[in-house]
Amino acid sequence: MILSKLAGRPFLLAIGLVVALVLPWFIYPPVALDIACWALFAAAVDLLLGFTGLLSFGHAAFWGGSAYCTGLIALHSGLPFPVAVLGGAIFAGVLAVPIGFLSVRLRGIYFAMVTLAFAQMVYFVANQWRDATGGENGLQGIPREFFGVDLSDPFFFYYAALPFVLVGLFIAWRIVRSPFGRVLMSIRDNPNRARALGYSIDRYKLLAFVLSAVLSGLAGGLFTVGHGFASLQGVYWTTSGQAVMMVVLGGIGTLWGGAIGAALVVELNDYLATAGFEETGIITGAIFILVVLLFRRGVWGTARDLISARTSRGRPAPETNDAKVGAPV
Amino acid sequence: MLQQAFNGLVGGAFYALLALGLAVIFGMLGVVNFAHGAFYMLGAFGSYVLLDSFGVSFWLALPIVPVVLGVVGVVLERLFIHRLAPLDPLYNFLFTFGLALILQDLVKRQYGVQSQPYPRPSALGGSIDLGLFTYPAYQVFVLGVSVVLCGAVWVILTRTRVGMIVRAATERPELSRALGIDVARWVTPVFGFGIALAAFAGVLAAPMRAVNPLMGSDLIITVFAVVVIGGLGSVFGSVAAGFAVGLVSALGNYYVPSLSQTLVFILMAAVLLWRPAGLFGREEAAL
Repeated sequence: MILSKLAGRPFLLAIGLVVALVLPWFIYPPVALDIACWALFAAAVDLLLGFTGLLSFGHAAFWGGSAYCTGLIALHSGLPFPVAVLGGAIFAGVLAVPIGFLSVRLRGIYFAMVTLAFAQMVYFVANQWRDATGGENGLQGIPREFFGVDLSDPFFFYYAALPFVLVGLFIAWRIVRSPFGRVLMSIRDNPNRARALGYSIDRYKLLAFVLSAVLSGLAGGLFTVGHGFASLQGVYWTTSGQAVMMVVLGGIGTLWGGAIGAALVVELNDYLATAGFEETGIITGAIFILVVLLFRRGVWGTARDLISARTSRGRPAPETNDAKVGAPV
Repeated sequence: MLQQAFNGLVGGAFYALLALGLAVIFGMLGVVNFAHGAFYMLGAFGSYVLLDSFGVSFWLALPIVPVVLGVVGVVLERLFIHRLAPLDPLYNFLFTFGLALILQDLVKRQYGVQSQPYPRPSALGGSIDLGLFTYPAYQVFVLGVSVVLCGAVWVILTRTRVGMIVRAATERPELSRALGIDVARWVTPVFGFGIALAAFAGVLAAPMRAVNPLMGSDLIITVFAVVVIGGLGSVFGSVAAGFAVGLVSALGNYYVPSLSQTLVFILMAAVLLWRPAGLFGREEAAL
């Protein structure tokens, strides 16, 4: 049993890496890129929802805001795409400072509403500021080149973008595993005690919010370069909602679960779009509702519970506490 | 200028009706209903379908649609919301988000994204001379009805026994229960009532706004900002903030047109900076 536990984590990690490496061979490369970008975005949202206990419904502002910034840098400067994407990620982080400053003081549901409202403000600004964002036409023809190497083939761009996604996921994992991440979890589980222990919880929450925004911006920038355009869709509230959906589907507080949620949602949307079914909200909404009602641990969380129940047979089942989002297993 | 202010108040009437429904639901159930905008949209579509397929007039739709959708709300509460109530309120927020997506896309599938025409009721087709300017009679009617309705809800909440129970349950649920008030009994009707208010606003909107599947989702996010400004859970704050935001955005639109859509969010940011719990909210509820 101990042996299987030791082997478990590196084994899963190896499987994940192999899947990430061979993905564009088995599915349409642009879809593979979508999955990779959304996986990073979902992990960034889970960093807040699962590990800090904050449901942000406004992360479209950072994904889409970075998309515009990345697009503008790539279009006007001719710098290689990693520079543009990093610029976009930093822009997202800067944008997150005032939004986070005003939001993190609020509790649970208030936080969700206020972040949603600020993201809608970013949407309206993007819609109105046509000179920079192109309004409803968006930014088009964003170049995909890397020091003269043409990456316009989505298959090759996937491999150019993958290292950035993996680094982003690694950063998210490092944050969760760091002493800083421990403080975030203590804030999630018992904010008053964390405060009593001398942690300035608002400052920790703000830093988590900004880090999460930077990772979302990284994902949004890669997505934009990969598709060659930035549009209003990226800053619209449905984008925030989709990221939250992926996290819940995969399992709140699992970090990697978001990748599974991203794969499921992106594949489903792609399948429905190919079948000519445009109103994807009917299907994704119904699945989402079922998960919220019946499988609140998500795919990854449920699987993990099943595995740990099997390996620890005879011992009491781990105490589950649904009453709090992202509560420890 | 005065006419702009009047436009603002009419726009504010919709904010106020929706915010009022959100506030009573939040107060009683602790649930922020993301699907509120979807029910507003369904209200408008309900009156459109009644007129288009059955020839039912606006005046009949005005009571029928809210009652029917209110019953739908009651069923939803019993079947789903109720089950998620003991958990973190975020789960109900997520549930109603999924519900809003489903409702919106179901209507979109049936009617497409283009707007459906809905004529003004003939009795209110003309304009009224308000002394300083003439104004479309229908808009005056909308403003009057919503002010009366918000006033009536206010009277019910402050002057009747039912209102007293709802207020007590909203402010101190445990204490009310300890004093022998059956709080649970009032949860479902209040939810249905909040939904009915949204549907009513939708019926009112049908003749003057574009009836399309997306009409609710953008509005509801603005209403969230309104509720945050007024103070979530404060019934008076929501209504007052609704009218005030309508007024301020219309005047802002008049003086600085480029700010028309963002002004409400700037207001929200200012209020959060100054009073994080909202203008009429209680600190302990929000922080």
